[in-house]
Amino acid sequence: METPYQDHINKAEFDHVYEPAEDSFLLIDALERDLHYLSEINPTFCLEVGSGSGIVVTAFGMAFPNCFCISTDINFKACTMSRSTAERNKVIFDTVNMDLITAFNDNLFDIILFNPPYVVTESKECGGKDITASWAGGLKGREITDKLLDMIPKKLASKGAFYLLLIRENIPEEVIEIMSKYGFKSEIIIERRVRNEQQLVLKFIKS
Amino acid sequence: MKLITHNMLTSKCIKGVLTGFPLAINATDIKIKEVDFNSEFITRVIPKLDWEVLWCAANSIGHSDGLPKTIEPKFEEDEEFLKKAHHVLLEIEVEEGHLTCPESGRQFPISKGIPNMLLTEAEVQ
Repeated sequence: METPYQDHINKAEFDHVYEPAEDSFLLIDALERDLHYLSEINPTFCLEVGSGSGIVVTAFGMAFPNCFCISTDINFKACTMSRSTAERNKVIFDTVNMDLITAFNDNLFDIILFNPPYVVTESKECGGKDITASWAGGLKGREITDKLLDMIPKKLASKGAFYLLLIRENIPEEVIEIMSKYGFKSEIIIERRVRNEQQLVLKFIKS
Repeated sequence: MKLITHNMLTSKCIKGVLTGFPLAINATDIKIKEVDFNSEFITRVIPKLDWEVLWCAANSIGHSDGLPKTIEPKFEEDEEFLKKAHHVLLEIEVEEGHLTCPESGRQFPISKGIPNMLLTEAEVQ
């Protein structure tokens, strides 16, 4: 997969929107590693939740030009940046300012991607709408992720796949257990140590 | 906001709202942005949409000219139709305006082409 151009973004904008970092690129690397599987699914609709700069969903759209890519973010400035990133890289795309995926119809998306706010913080730190919302994850760094997990069974298409980035502090085993109760099997696609963080990307599909 | 996106949005997350679909569109600024035509893409997308909702949405903002109300069985062979669908789904951009929940009347602003579907905690089921 190709890395999207980012030369349209003014660095100062990253005061308000999460700047692509190792975790963003790990998610792209995970999708690249799973390219064969993704080509077989031949997705029609791909959704990135909390797309920030839009680099991940744009990379996906560049690899799958027959797929309509859409993203959400709770931060309006992130929505505008995601759209400009997709436009700069000629990806057919739309974005909605939304909390997770609450305002979408059911069973639509063949692929859902999420690089959540995963940093372990106090509960009161998470739940905002600005740059803090891009990293503050509350208890176990999982408060936002767990809210999304609840919605995945309804919003994912029946043969769809959900890709989720986590760090070891998020206790991925618990996430696997929650998703298994919803009837999903899981697989670790990629894992990498970045400074003091052990980052991994999980894939969930209906078992 | 493209009309393909409108086809996916609902306000049923509002407390007391049952379906919240389709949202009514009120557009004060519409732009046409050219998108490269890809017949394979359009052919795959059409069966996944609620066509009637798409037609009504296009009609409500004055862009249903030449768009059939229903889909013919062999629509994938009709390039003229596919190009019209392509235009309506991908090239029409509602830049400013609002969406309205069909049950509660709650309005969602569209600004700079981006719908704001955020709700307060008190509004959510």
